[in-house]
Formats: sequence, structure tokens, C-alpha cells
Amino acid sequence: MDAFLSSLISIGFHGLAYGMILYAISVGLSVTMGLMGFVNLAHGVFAMAGGYVMLAAMSRLGLPWLPALGFACVAVALGSVVLERVLYARLYRAGELEQVLFTIGLIFVAIAIARLAYGPLPQAAPLPDYLKGQVEIAGRSFPMYRAAVILSSAVLVAILWIGLERTRWGAIVRAAVDNGPMAESIGIDTGRLFTLTFAVGSGLAALGGALGADLIAMTPTYPFEQLVYFLVVVAVGGLGTLRGPFLGALLIGLGDTACKYWVPQFGAFFVFAATFALLLWRPRGLLGRA
Amino acid sequence: MPLARGPAIGYGGSARLHPAELLPWAFAIAVYFLAPSYLPLGAYVLIIILFALSLDLILGYGGIVTLGHAAYFGFGAYVAGVFAVRVHGDPLLGLAVAAAASAAFGAATGAVVLRTRALALLMLTLALVSIVFEVANKWTEVTGGADGLNSVPVGQLLGAFRFDLFGKTAFLYCLAVLAAGWWLVRSLVHSPFGASLVGARENEARMHAIGAPVYARQLCAYTLAAALAGVAGALLTQTTQFVGLSVVSFELSGEILVMLVLGGVGRIYGAFVGPLVFIVARDYLAKQSPEYWVLGIGVLLILIVMFARGGILGLADGIAARWRRSRP
Amino acid sequence: MSDALLQTSGLCKSFGALTVADNIEFRLEPGARHALIGPNGAGKTTFVNMLTGQLPPSAGRIEFAGEDVTRLGQAARVKRGLGRTFQINTLFGALSVLDNVALGVAERRGVGGRAWRAAGSHREVRDESLELLASLGLADDAASRTVDLPYGKQRLVEIALALGLRPKVLLLDEPAAGVPSTESQRVLDVLGRLPAGVAILIIEHDMELVFRFAQRITVLVRGQILCEGAPREIAADARVREVYLGDAHG
Repeated sequence: MDAFLSSLISIGFHGLAYGMILYAISVGLSVTMGLMGFVNLAHGVFAMAGGYVMLAAMSRLGLPWLPALGFACVAVALGSVVLERVLYARLYRAGELEQVLFTIGLIFVAIAIARLAYGPLPQAAPLPDYLKGQVEIAGRSFPMYRAAVILSSAVLVAILWIGLERTRWGAIVRAAVDNGPMAESIGIDTGRLFTLTFAVGSGLAALGGALGADLIAMTPTYPFEQLVYFLVVVAVGGLGTLRGPFLGALLIGLGDTACKYWVPQFGAFFVFAATFALLLWRPRGLLGRA
Repeated sequence: MPLARGPAIGYGGSARLHPAELLPWAFAIAVYFLAPSYLPLGAYVLIIILFALSLDLILGYGGIVTLGHAAYFGFGAYVAGVFAVRVHGDPLLGLAVAAAASAAFGAATGAVVLRTRALALLMLTLALVSIVFEVANKWTEVTGGADGLNSVPVGQLLGAFRFDLFGKTAFLYCLAVLAAGWWLVRSLVHSPFGASLVGARENEARMHAIGAPVYARQLCAYTLAAALAGVAGALLTQTTQFVGLSVVSFELSGEILVMLVLGGVGRIYGAFVGPLVFIVARDYLAKQSPEYWVLGIGVLLILIVMFARGGILGLADGIAARWRRSRP
Repeated sequence: MSDALLQTSGLCKSFGALTVADNIEFRLEPGARHALIGPNGAGKTTFVNMLTGQLPPSAGRIEFAGEDVTRLGQAARVKRGLGRTFQINTLFGALSVLDNVALGVAERRGVGGRAWRAAGSHREVRDESLELLASLGLADDAASRTVDLPYGKQRLVEIALALGLRPKVLLLDEPAAGVPSTESQRVLDVLGRLPAGVAILIIEHDMELVFRFAQRITVLVRGQILCEGAPREIAADARVREVYLGDAHG
């Protein structure tokens, strides 16, 4: 019984850390897809870029870990603004097939660049010494890094929610998600709003990718391999909200960790099968609006 | 501004065979006689053409954007492999079993998937291909897991023709199956059924309003496309005597989309041109420098979406139209 | 009173607290030329959408040719002879005019799902569609892409598509909406030549057109029937002038 309890705690802890990373990466996808109705399959590119840019900032610029993390987040956000203005914006009115193809094209380009820069093998995530040890909580020891991931993600979630609930920008975003044409008619510049939201979403993805580089390995095929998980988080939770993907990320994080712990012979089968069933029952996800 | 599809055929057109439609077959036969060293690659191209053709039926004509079509290709490939290993090695029997199994799988999953649209449909199809992948990956005693099934036994074709080392039998076998699939798809898209698929693609609400059973039609097309994709997968297993995880990945779903779009969507022959150009180019370029190959495909895809929405055949159409105008 | 072709009783529809159809009792006689008018937001299109089965009513019942069709889907009602046009063109824009009509004709004839013979070799479908187009003055446009036609002609294709289904009842949702005045005469001509056996319910804002076309007019205001009668009676009705004509011409 004690062994079971201990495995339960372990799964809860690791699943929570994984779920938090999934959330940081996917929340931007949920908001941009809900806001712009854009099928952005290339969202994982920004998460991967976060990891690689942080690596480059540490090795080439000699930045310590924490500033490198911030640098990656800002650099990717700025880069995404260029992409959004030059390419994405032309396809907001296009059909989903065009959006799917365009973003798959972006994934190919990103994979190629990552391979040219770092080769096909996974890169080790750089961690500062203060994150390498174990931490004692209630008489049990946990990896410091994952505890830090959970803690910092929780802070991030709080900032994000307060930001969206309490600020003017948040109110505008919510209005535009609810009814785009209406928001436009009362003088909201949706073009600028899209760009800003896209940048924030990509920056968060980069943060998640860099922060979670030890949990989700940094390989060039990251955008393809992880895409399913990001999309599943968004699909399970529901589009266009902050809470939806949070619920989705926790469910997937915990579910995936539990499945791999208890029934490794089935891999991710149950996670995908459950997602499939859930989407049948609620095509718009758990918290998606009808 | 939708992706430019081929001209609709409909009730005003004729279904008579245009001489240009014989070009692919003439080309294939020329390859058989003139370039025997390319037969294994050629057979692979023919298989992927059949796969792309099945996607064109539901995507190009049916307007159903799916990320999961590789699920049926892979399903057919594994069914053919497992059937040959455990039951019987006759290739045509294996092909028939793979076709029937893929059709059943396509009907069951399509019945679910086609109740949704847009994003939910993309997610469901993506989840589907992931599920099939996980089953193939983890059900090791049947599928061979990550190692796949090696040396799948393949009997003689019609009890008379051995699959030879040079791939002659395999090439002709694939060519014949592709021709049958082509004729089936071609007849379908020229028929009232095909016209109604296009109608639902163009304006689904209006199809309902004229009393057409849209869901049933789309499900029929989806099931058939799944069966054809399964047949293509089975051909790959039989001609290479191997089946592994690469036949059921999400990347393959993406790649087949890319190939179809490269050739041109909703024009049947886009499914011929795209895979041919893609695979031959990959065969040359990917060996030299895989990174630049992937980069090139990505850039090309972005350019197609931005500028050349009809793919290669669309560009050819445009050039032909300009040529006709300049010479009245 | 029992020979109405289309009849509603106690038909209601509300979206949350908003009631857009309130206890509507309506009858359409065979061969009728009936107009439904009312100010913007009166619930005219909602009413039509309930008749066709696009929108389920919150309460009440709809009878078509003596049969309760309240629970039937759109396709089933089309099969029974209930046709409609749309306020905003909902055509198959990328397809030819001929194909637009032929898709409907093929469904009506039950050959829309035939999968082997080429569509072009179904002569009966093509000939009937061409004949229908000719009767609407669209013979020369049969091969054109529908989106390339001038707007007025697209409105005619909209009507042709509905007529191809050989409806017993045809619901015309603002057939002249958006048609420039230079082309509106053509729409009127077509309306005047619609088969006499088809009962027609027209929703229209253009009062001139309504009074020239309709033999009976129902006025809908805020989801309720205000009054119903011959055009003369409606034109003379003080309430109608107040709530509707006053607004429209004000």
C-alpha cells in the first residue's frame, strides 16, 4: 500500500511538472487558434526554438541560465512577430487546408535549420547547479529541477490569468475571441491585437520549450513529434480560453505519466484513445463553448 | 481564396479519355523497358501515387482536410504483412484482405470523424494516426514493434509469376493495381456521385438544402479512400517484404499531403505528378544533403500556398492558357 | 379549411430570453401567391428556417400536405416538396450554372448518388436542367462559372436551383435583395412566370414588388402575426402603416 502511495505521489509530481510545461507551450496555441481561427500546426516550432536559442545564448553569448531563458523567450517572441506580419497574416482568411500546408512547410524549414545548426541528435539541456540536486518536501526527496518547473509555471499561470482577467488587453482579447467582427466595429484594431497575442503565445511556448528542455528532449523533429500532444491539450481543454488548456495539460500530463509508469507496454495508446473518445463526446473540448 | 483545385467536371463535361491521360501509362511502360535499374524506385513511386490518389478523392474532391490518411496506408500495410506471415502468402489474396480490412476500418472511423468539421476533424484524424502508430509500436508479438516484420513471405502472383530480384514483377503488379485504382477514382469523380461530393465541398449547407445525403456520400468516399490507401500500403509490404513503423507516422500523413499539393489538388493527375517529382527529387537530393532537402520542401510548400495554389499542374494550366491567348 | 398545403400552429422560437417567433398560426393554400412582410428583425427568416427544418422550433407544429413534419430533417422536407431560396446567395460558386441546377435535379430524380456512369451521360438530368435555365432566360450562361455572373443573374440561378427540385411549395427569401434596379425587372418577370401549381411564399422588402406579386399578405411584427389579408386590406390597415410602412418609407 505504501509502495502504491509512493508511486501515486511520484506520478503526481512528474505528471504535474510535465503538465505545466505542456500548458506553458499550448496556452498560446489555444488563444491564437480561438482568436484567429488559425490552424497553427507550427506552434511547436516556437517551443523548440526556445530551447535552442537558450542553448545558443549560453554557449555563444556566455549568459547564465536564467538570463538565457529570458533572452530565448523575448527573441522567439520578436521573431514570431516578423513571421506573423510577413506570412501568417496573409492566410487568416484562407481555408484550413492552406493553413495546414503553410504551417507544415514552416515545420520542415524549422527542422532543417535545427539540423543544420545542431545536427540530428538530441541536445542535452543545460541546467545550473542550483537546479541539479534534490529537494526535501514532507520527508520525501524530489528533483529540484522539476520542483522549480512546477513552481515557476504556477507563478506564470497566475500572472497570465490575472493579466487576462484584470487588464485592458485581457478584456480586449476576450471580447475579440467572443465576437471578432463586433470587436472590430467598436474600434479594436484586431490586426495589432493578433500580432501582440501571437507574440505572447510564441514567447510562452519558447519559455515552456526552454524550461522543459530536460523533460521534452530537444531534437530537430520536436515540432512534428510533440505537435500531437500540444494539439491534444488544446482539443481536450477547449479553444480560446486559458482554463481549458490548463485542465487539458494537467489531464494529459498526469495521464501520460501514469500510463507510462503503470502500463508502459501500451505507450501513449490510452492517452490518444481517451482523447478520441472525449472529442466524440464533446467536439469542442471540456471547457469549449458550444 | 481557396487552394486552386482542378476544374470541376460535372454534368456539362464529357468523360471520354483524353489522349494526354494515357501519358502516365506510356511513361511507366517506357521506364519498364528503358530504365530497368529504376524499377524498385518506380514501384515505390507507383504505390505512393495510389496513396496520393486516394487522398485526392477525399481531400481534393470531398474537401475533407485530414491529417490521418497514413493511418489507413499503415493499417493496410500491417494487415498484408500479418496476413502473409500468419495465414497465407498469396499476394492477391493478401491485397483483397488488406482492402477489405482497410475499408472496414475506414468506415468505422470515418463514421465518427465525419461527424465533425474543421479543427475537431483535424485533431481526430491526428489522434487516429497516433493510435494506429502506438498499436503498431507496442503490440510487438503481432506487428514486430519497432523492428517491424522482416522477410514477409510473398507467394507467386497468380501462381505463375515470381517476385524477381530486379523488381520486374513487382513493378508491373503495382502498375496494374494502380491502373485499376485510377479507373475507379476517375469514374467516381466523373459520376453524379463525384459531382455531389464537389457540391458538398463547395457549399455543404446548400447540398443539404437540395436534399442530398451529404454525410452518407462523404462516408462512402472516405471508406473507398481508406480501402485504396490500404491497398497501397499492402503493395508496399508485398513488394519490399517488410513493414515497419514508418508506414503509419504523422510525418507520412504530412508528406503525402505535400506530394498531392505539389502536383495539384482535385485533378487526379496531380496525384501522379506530385509523388513522381517529390520522390525522384528526394532520391537525388536527400542523399547529398538531407538538411537542404527538408529545407527546400518547407520553402516550396510555403511558396505553393502563397503563390502557386494549383501546384505543378495548376502552373501548367496557367501557362497553357496564356499560350492559347497569345496565339488566337 | 383543411386543405392548406403548409400550416403552422402555435409555432414558437426563442433564443434564451429573446422570443423571435411567438405562437404563429399560418396557412399557405395550394397555388398561393403569398407574401410575408415585416420590419427588420420581425423574425421572417427565422420563420422560414423553421418551415424548412433548418431551425427546430421551441414549440408548436408544422404540417405539410396533411403530414406533421415538425420533427423531419431538411432533406426529408425537400423530398416531400418544400423548396426554398436564400436571402444571401448560397450557390456553388465555383461550379457552372448548369451544374448548380443539375445537382438539384439529379437529387430529385434519385440519381445524385450514382457512382459509375459519367454525370454528363445522364442526359435526362442535363436536358431538364438546360430547359429550366432556358425558361429563366439563362440558356446562354449555362457553361459560365456562377460567381462570374452579374448579381441579378445569380439571384435567378438561386431560383432555378430551387425550381429544379419541383417543389409544391417554394419559399423565396428576398429574391430581389441586392439586385440593382436595372436588373430587378428580370427577377420580377421570372416571378410572374413561375408555375401556377406551385404555392409561393415570398419574403420581400420591396413593397412595390410585394403588391404587384402577392394575392395575400401576412404582416409579422416582433415574432407575432399582426394581420393578414388581401393587398388592398393590408395597404389600408392603419396598424400596418404605423409599424411597417411608416418605417420603411420614413
